[in-house]
Amino acid sequence: MSYPEDLRYTKEHEWVRTEGDIGTIGITDHAQKELGDIVYVDLPKIGALIEQGKSLGSVESVKAVSDIYSPVSGEIVEVNESLAQAPEKLNQDPHGAAWLVKVRMSAPDEVKKLLSAADYQAYVGAES
Amino acid sequence: MITKVRSHITQNESLLFERSSPGKKGYQLPELDVPPVDPVEALGAANVRAEIEGFPEVSEVEVIRHFTRLSTWNYAIDLGMYPLGSCTMKYNPRVNELVARLDGLAWAHPYQPEPLAQGAMEIIARLEAALAEITGMDAVTLQPAAGAHGELTGILLIRALLEKRGDPRRKILVPDSAHGTNPATAATAGYAVENIPSNDRGMVDVAGLERIVDKDVAALMITNPNTLGVFEENIRSIAEILHKKGALLYMDGANMNALVGIAKPGDFGVDVMHLNLHKTFSTPHGGGGPGGGPVAVKKILEPFLPLPRLKRVRNKWTFDYKRPRSIGRVRAFYGNFGVMVRALAYILAHGGNGLRNATVDAVLNANYLRKKLEPYYDLPYQAPNMHEVVFSDDRQAKRGVRTGDIAKRLIDYGFHPYTVSFPLIVHGALMIEPTETESKLELDLFVEAMTSIAREVETDPEVVRAAPHSTRTRRVDEVRAARSPVLRWKPGETVSKAAD
Amino acid sequence: MRYLPKSDSERQEMLAACGLASAEDLFAHLPEDVRLKQPLALAPGVSEYEIVDYFRGRAAENASAYASFLGAGVYAHYRPVLVDTVVSRGEFLTSYTPYQAEISQGTLTTIFEFQTMICQLTGMDVANASMYDGSTALPEAALMAARVTGRHRILVARTVHPEYREVLGTYARYGHLAVEEFAYAPESGGVNLEEIERKLDDQTAAVVIQSPNFFGIIEQVEAAAQIAHRRGALLVVLFTEAVSLGLLRPAAEADIVAGELQSYAIPPGYGGPFAGIIATKEKFVRQIPGRLVGETRDANGNRAFCLTLATREQHIRREKATSNICTNQALIALMATVFMSVYGKQGLRELAEQNLAKAHYLSGQVKPRFTGPFFNEFVASTNGRSPEEINQALLKKKIIGGLPLTRWYPELENCMLLCATEMTRRAHMDEVGRAFQAIEHAA
Repeated sequence: MSYPEDLRYTKEHEWVRTEGDIGTIGITDHAQKELGDIVYVDLPKIGALIEQGKSLGSVESVKAVSDIYSPVSGEIVEVNESLAQAPEKLNQDPHGAAWLVKVRMSAPDEVKKLLSAADYQAYVGAES
Repeated sequence: MITKVRSHITQNESLLFERSSPGKKGYQLPELDVPPVDPVEALGAANVRAEIEGFPEVSEVEVIRHFTRLSTWNYAIDLGMYPLGSCTMKYNPRVNELVARLDGLAWAHPYQPEPLAQGAMEIIARLEAALAEITGMDAVTLQPAAGAHGELTGILLIRALLEKRGDPRRKILVPDSAHGTNPATAATAGYAVENIPSNDRGMVDVAGLERIVDKDVAALMITNPNTLGVFEENIRSIAEILHKKGALLYMDGANMNALVGIAKPGDFGVDVMHLNLHKTFSTPHGGGGPGGGPVAVKKILEPFLPLPRLKRVRNKWTFDYKRPRSIGRVRAFYGNFGVMVRALAYILAHGGNGLRNATVDAVLNANYLRKKLEPYYDLPYQAPNMHEVVFSDDRQAKRGVRTGDIAKRLIDYGFHPYTVSFPLIVHGALMIEPTETESKLELDLFVEAMTSIAREVETDPEVVRAAPHSTRTRRVDEVRAARSPVLRWKPGETVSKAAD
Repeated sequence: MRYLPKSDSERQEMLAACGLASAEDLFAHLPEDVRLKQPLALAPGVSEYEIVDYFRGRAAENASAYASFLGAGVYAHYRPVLVDTVVSRGEFLTSYTPYQAEISQGTLTTIFEFQTMICQLTGMDVANASMYDGSTALPEAALMAARVTGRHRILVARTVHPEYREVLGTYARYGHLAVEEFAYAPESGGVNLEEIERKLDDQTAAVVIQSPNFFGIIEQVEAAAQIAHRRGALLVVLFTEAVSLGLLRPAAEADIVAGELQSYAIPPGYGGPFAGIIATKEKFVRQIPGRLVGETRDANGNRAFCLTLATREQHIRREKATSNICTNQALIALMATVFMSVYGKQGLRELAEQNLAKAHYLSGQVKPRFTGPFFNEFVASTNGRSPEEINQALLKKKIIGGLPLTRWYPELENCMLLCATEMTRRAHMDEVGRAFQAIEHAA
């Protein structure tokens, strides 16, 4: 899978898509591959405040748990409820339908610190 | 070439609830010798239940057949070796089962008057003394119910001592090779956990430790020999570094099977440690418990031990509750007494020299396996190992086969797998501990199996990756079990097929 | 040594294969100052006969062939023969934790059945594969309530077993829980509901009651639940006498049920090993500590069982685990499972009714202290004379009397906690009655 150009990425394998002051957050294809079959996602509630770099929840496979570190700070305005019934979506479409949460960003400039698709591609290429 | 096993037919067996029908009975109670009492009259209708919906009703014959058939689906020590690293799956002596069931011991009530409990108290006292001698420590508590429980008790003891000195401190150091219970325990006791890395020999990096230990560190939790089976050669320096800064050394005694009669943790600077009666001291695992997690301490920690403690007064045993510094109880009553009986029987059977001989055989067996398997499996750490040895799957990984696959293929050869993917510091670990109760024949069969699998990886990797092939059930879908947990049977559910 | 299956010549062969001259070379790499120079100061190993003889001697120094009226969290119930027959099978006794599902379906299936039966008995949706015992299940339940609610205060009834409360206190001190006790009603012997109301606040994670309580009294579970829930706290209901589950209405309003299964064919064994359980509602399943077995399919579409939701546990979550627990009491839980299978739906009911009848007969022979409804235990007043005196008289007749209570309840002087089960004989209960009366006449 290639990494969409319109997303920005973190070294902990999360991505964010910004539209105005709303950021949509997810985990990358690399992350879902590392985890294997995903069985459960633990997400915050609407209204929760999150900080860039801090854990906002976790993703579980049968044998592992991974924290999800937020790429941006802000307030949760929407949560992808469909993942509760079908966590396997994260394995199938991590950059699209399996977004995790939407955030009203408190500091949109934070995105500038994140990696571009090309940089992230190089980073995971180097890692593996 | 598989010589240890041949496939056999196993029975189908549905769940008890699916064999139940109303009116079947497996019991008979004696006639009441007092007048019956109407529950609704005595307790009020609101307190009385309706029937227990869905609860099974089966006959005695069906109970015996049900559990007997199910038992044949299990692997067990009585059938063959478990090469599980750090589990010490040794033979469970049967005389231990007999003595644990003696009426005077099995039916003793923990609150029966002390003059009528002297036998039980003597057993507790004797085991405490034996374990103190074996570990080189000053006092032992048998109250904790299992290893993890003992760990928690041990860390609470450290905390109590440090609190008395004025500052409980904030952190506990845990090597990155440690068992998962270690950091979980530290967190439960209210400490933050900091990982310390291992050096290239797989041991604690002493210089690194020196840098990290400060007034914020309460203790280091160490396993010795460590989870690679390697003795921490710098253990004395490690203890000194901690003690100089007012911190303590906790030892996870899971690997005690390498040390009994050879070295005493009390001699090399350990302040507090736990033991696993169900590992080193042969008490049965029983499919996952019960265990016993005694904690042995140096004198400085003795006042904080859980209460009550045994005291000898006018030639009789009594329980002493006047222990103002005690951390309190970690469980009701006195501990897993039935497990203590079994552990003491084991110690009596061996005696001092016998225990040492057992250790020698345990270390010999592990070294023999290391020598025989080294040509086929990668050995990431070259240091001498004791009672267990850890390989990695690097060589096999090049052919797309991982440690988990090899483990599953080992099942086809008639063995339980070794410990897979632990410790975490080894990539694709194969952790092997034979214990002393394995014969040379069983070890050679194990070697034969592992070398055969190594060859299969070269010639036909798919047969390894798709293993096991010969078991009653294969490739159990753990993903499905985690995504949609079904944790109980429900009446009226579609009955899923029992295995063909 | 009979457990070491190697001959000396085999040892030599193996040493040679390792390139070693003697067994001592195996330890040559250990630091000199660490190696023991003396043998362990333990008596030499003995024969099987001598081992049996030693323990027979110790067993004889314990009470032998005494009738007993002790309960207080450990109960004397008949153990069906099948229980030991089943658990003595090597495949159950000597097997390991069922991490390798393909070769542990026996253990996994029995645990699944166990989990199911506990749910059926307690009215909860999910039960774990057992905790160490009831006394440690309590703090685990409290910590679970704290996780679920995000609060840290625990209100616990004084009528919860005193040693269980001590254990809770130990865990709470270090787990950042604040534990407060509330009183019982002096007439009924049950919890004082007004006290709960008074002490509840927005920081209360759970209210903890035991039913039947330490005095044997059946608590008002529904009322307690309403009070707790109104303030957003959970209700934890404990039981120590599992036989009561056959007759008493399950605590369906509880959020967490925790308890001790010793009554189900687990030997009193001077206090252990036992098996505790935690059961809860579906919505809390990811916060429940301890092992869980789940049903699934295998590669051929057949039903199979495996350990599941393991990401809650220590070996994966490490410091963020729901608990540090690694063991479940599998073999002990199996004893309980066989017991439950032997008695079954009707048997558990009949067994409980017999217990009720025995204890109520006994209560007619002596004076109960409390007015609340009780199951198979109750507190009897000794009418101004010491319970120790009555017990001394009973001991002469090879009867162990009830438990004096001032150790934990100084206000309950001249009382003892009496228990009668299906194994208690009428003749012995009559003796107890006479002992009480004799003291009365002497007074």
